[in-house]
Amino acid sequence: MTEPTTAPLLSVRDLSVAFAREGSTALAVDHVSFDIQRGETLALVGESGSGKSVTALSILKLLQYPAASHPSGQVLFEGKDLLAMSEREIRSVRGNDITMVFQEPMSSLNPLHTVEHQIVEILELHGRLRGAAARKRVIELLTEVGIPEPETRLGSYPHQLSGGQRQRVMIAMALANEPRLLIADEPTTALDVTVQAQILKLLKDLQTRLGMTMLFITHDLGIVQKIADRVCVMKSGRIVEHGSVRDVFGAPQHPYTRALIAAQPKGEPAPSQPDAPLIMETKDLKVWFPIKRGVLRRTVGHVKAVDGVSLAIHRGETLGVVGESGSGKTTLGLALLRLISSRGPIVFMGQPIDALGFKAMRPRRNAMQVVFQDPFGSLSPRMSVADIVGEGLRVHMPKLSEAEREAKVIAALRDVGLDPETRHRYPHEFSGGQRQRVSIARAIVLEPSFVVLDEPTSALDMIVQAQIVDLLRDLQKQRGLTYLFISHDLRVVSALASRILVMRGGKVVEEGDSRSIFRNPREAYTKALFAAAFNLDTASEKATT
Amino acid sequence: MDATVPVEATATLPPAPRPGRLSPINQRRLANFRRNRRGWWSFWIFLVLFIASLFAEFIANDKPFLVKYDGAYYVPALRHYAETTFGGDFETEADYRDPYLQKLIAEKGGYMVWPPIRYSYDTHNLDLPTPAPSPPTWMLSADQCRPVAEKKGFAGSGNPCDALEWNWLGTDDQGRDVLARLIYGFRISVLFGLTLTIISSVVGVTAGAIQGYFGGWTDLLFQRFIEIWTAIPSLYLLLIISSVLVPGFWVLLGILLLFEWVALVGLVRAEFLRGRNFEYVQAARALGVSNPVIMARHLLPNAMVATLTMLPFIVSSSVMTLTALDFLGFGLPPGSPSLGELLAQGKANVQAPWLGLTGFFTVAFMLSLLIFIGEGVRDAFDPRKTFR
Repeated sequence: MTEPTTAPLLSVRDLSVAFAREGSTALAVDHVSFDIQRGETLALVGESGSGKSVTALSILKLLQYPAASHPSGQVLFEGKDLLAMSEREIRSVRGNDITMVFQEPMSSLNPLHTVEHQIVEILELHGRLRGAAARKRVIELLTEVGIPEPETRLGSYPHQLSGGQRQRVMIAMALANEPRLLIADEPTTALDVTVQAQILKLLKDLQTRLGMTMLFITHDLGIVQKIADRVCVMKSGRIVEHGSVRDVFGAPQHPYTRALIAAQPKGEPAPSQPDAPLIMETKDLKVWFPIKRGVLRRTVGHVKAVDGVSLAIHRGETLGVVGESGSGKTTLGLALLRLISSRGPIVFMGQPIDALGFKAMRPRRNAMQVVFQDPFGSLSPRMSVADIVGEGLRVHMPKLSEAEREAKVIAALRDVGLDPETRHRYPHEFSGGQRQRVSIARAIVLEPSFVVLDEPTSALDMIVQAQIVDLLRDLQKQRGLTYLFISHDLRVVSALASRILVMRGGKVVEEGDSRSIFRNPREAYTKALFAAAFNLDTASEKATT
Repeated sequence: MDATVPVEATATLPPAPRPGRLSPINQRRLANFRRNRRGWWSFWIFLVLFIASLFAEFIANDKPFLVKYDGAYYVPALRHYAETTFGGDFETEADYRDPYLQKLIAEKGGYMVWPPIRYSYDTHNLDLPTPAPSPPTWMLSADQCRPVAEKKGFAGSGNPCDALEWNWLGTDDQGRDVLARLIYGFRISVLFGLTLTIISSVVGVTAGAIQGYFGGWTDLLFQRFIEIWTAIPSLYLLLIISSVLVPGFWVLLGILLLFEWVALVGLVRAEFLRGRNFEYVQAARALGVSNPVIMARHLLPNAMVATLTMLPFIVSSSVMTLTALDFLGFGLPPGSPSLGELLAQGKANVQAPWLGLTGFFTVAFMLSLLIFIGEGVRDAFDPRKTFR
């Protein structure tokens, strides 16, 4: 402690990052400066593409050089400029003084190494410990990050651990050498809400216990309020606002910050219609995938993705299907659309469709449509928007002339709030929200009565999410659409669905009117789910109401 | 909240591409290919050589491409004319290399326009200065040339070799001009390679697409079949079949096709397996689009990148297989111009190194060009490859 304690641990000065692309360079981070004091947590918040991850990665020089370059700036860590260091010098900083936890726990761990091996490697690399002492330290670390019975987990491979446990192992690796700065890059984004809450609590505990300094990168404002002391809001490579969490959330100065904080899916869902005619009904629906073993491929058991689900949806209402990943909610949606095989009766608009083959289903497909989660994966990259939206028309209304089809495509694009002039462009030219609008246009151009919405907002930024929810609700009102809304995000569900189905392990654990479930969840699982989701943003609700 | 919708929806977009232009991604690929100087130049050299060899009849031929005789014009390179047309005695096709016929034409005030090389691939040079295989004319001494030159009416001073019709690369053991055979041999090799590649790609892509898209039992049975099929030692089988059937261009093509088509199946199958669960394929299925249309419109473009990347390598391997068969004497029928046969002659006549060397350098040069093109194409399609 020869330095004065008031000096910041990490000081980023005027940092820029440029990427060379197609001969030109694009500035991803534009003259960014911030300080992190010892023992505090600084959050970098922004939407995708705002440059927050690139900023974090450039602190440890982890970008793809020479495609990336730093036209300006310094990263001073305890007074030394990390950007000016040689590759050899920076390696002694990485994993030792500064460590990182990444978003995706599955791909951040080597699938071929055991947990012990991966953590010991870091200890040995920086010459701290080896042999029995290293093993003892690994057990200590695993206990610290809350892995039960760490001794038995030493020999486990990443695939034998759950997502939350993997992230705990990642954190243990990051803590192994007692770093002075921990950079956490969206460490909870890939996790389920209940696990998210646990990991955040763990990080908070560790930080207070070890007096660690943390740079926390996230797009989720709820998490920021829970974990950070100070916050920097980033937009298009610049920091537009910074200050203490209380100040920024209590009295946001910059219009973008205000928009970000206000961007919560709002509004009342369409009322449930118990007297309207049934659109979709199923009883005891089962989707079992056989597990086959041995040479003869004997079926030794089943993965019960959907296990005895019954539901009924009336015209004009929205049924929300809620559950964590692996609960079978997407499989349920695909089974109702007859895109995967299932057992159990499915009645669509009064006609049983569960025995129909692919060909027999075709004439009915215009009445039942689907919007998928990933706006980047659900549009064919080699087709223009007009072709994508018009593809269904070619199948279901083959007699339409070229001009009539075009007119319908234009009308659909206008309905979803896209400029029809953009219809000759390709999907990669559109933003995530715009692509999701194209997906919705593709579904509604066929004038369906029933639409499965499979997490249509999960991959989108907060502000865009709210806009898509509004769009979906407007379309429902105008066209009397019936939705099956699949989501893990309870805030979005509460804005769209009048009735809710909570799924876990392929089974329905709770169902009923959404308002009563939100107010008074009965099952323990539902309670945990709601607590995890809404505890995080109690403060933000105070701020917005 | 509704007021914010158009703001996001009408965000700035680049100007729409003009119809008929390459899509941006293809423009990028073309630019990447062009930036790979070696591949780019190889491509152009190969293209020039190939197109030139398509007009081999106008480069190396034992018939002139234009004859003026008795005030009329004739094009022997394209048409057959009987010797009687030019005042000869026989109904057979005129032999324009015959001094007698040349004299007849000259007497009527006519002339002949010859291609730069006055030999075709099957023309036997009857006036060889040395026993066949005869070395390139520029390697001969004046004494070796003199007897033949004098027979042709050479009387003056200077080098008698200049009075001969030159064999730039010598002749083979039957007195045929090596350069002429090389030009025709190159053409037949490349044409064979391209035809084989195109047909086997179509078959392979179709087979791979069906396997990958439908999966399950189709895939399982097809895969086992291909495993057994590829385990057959193809060269030996080719030898057996080609000793039963009379090998011609198309027979050989058919035989090689039996084994060549599997090259692409694995790649295309993998692409389709990966792609059939893409959300846009699911979406197309939900729209009710039929399977063949989904395969062609949504999945095939993905597989085409892998296919195009492989094509130059398949062409070169086809060329190599044909050369190997010709070398062993099981390839194209005797007399056909072929690089493999040239190499075989080189092996049989070690005392005539121009045969082996010419064959070796031609094959090496041609395959190198194809490999360089292949590398260029592969890198151009690689999305991670960045050039400074």
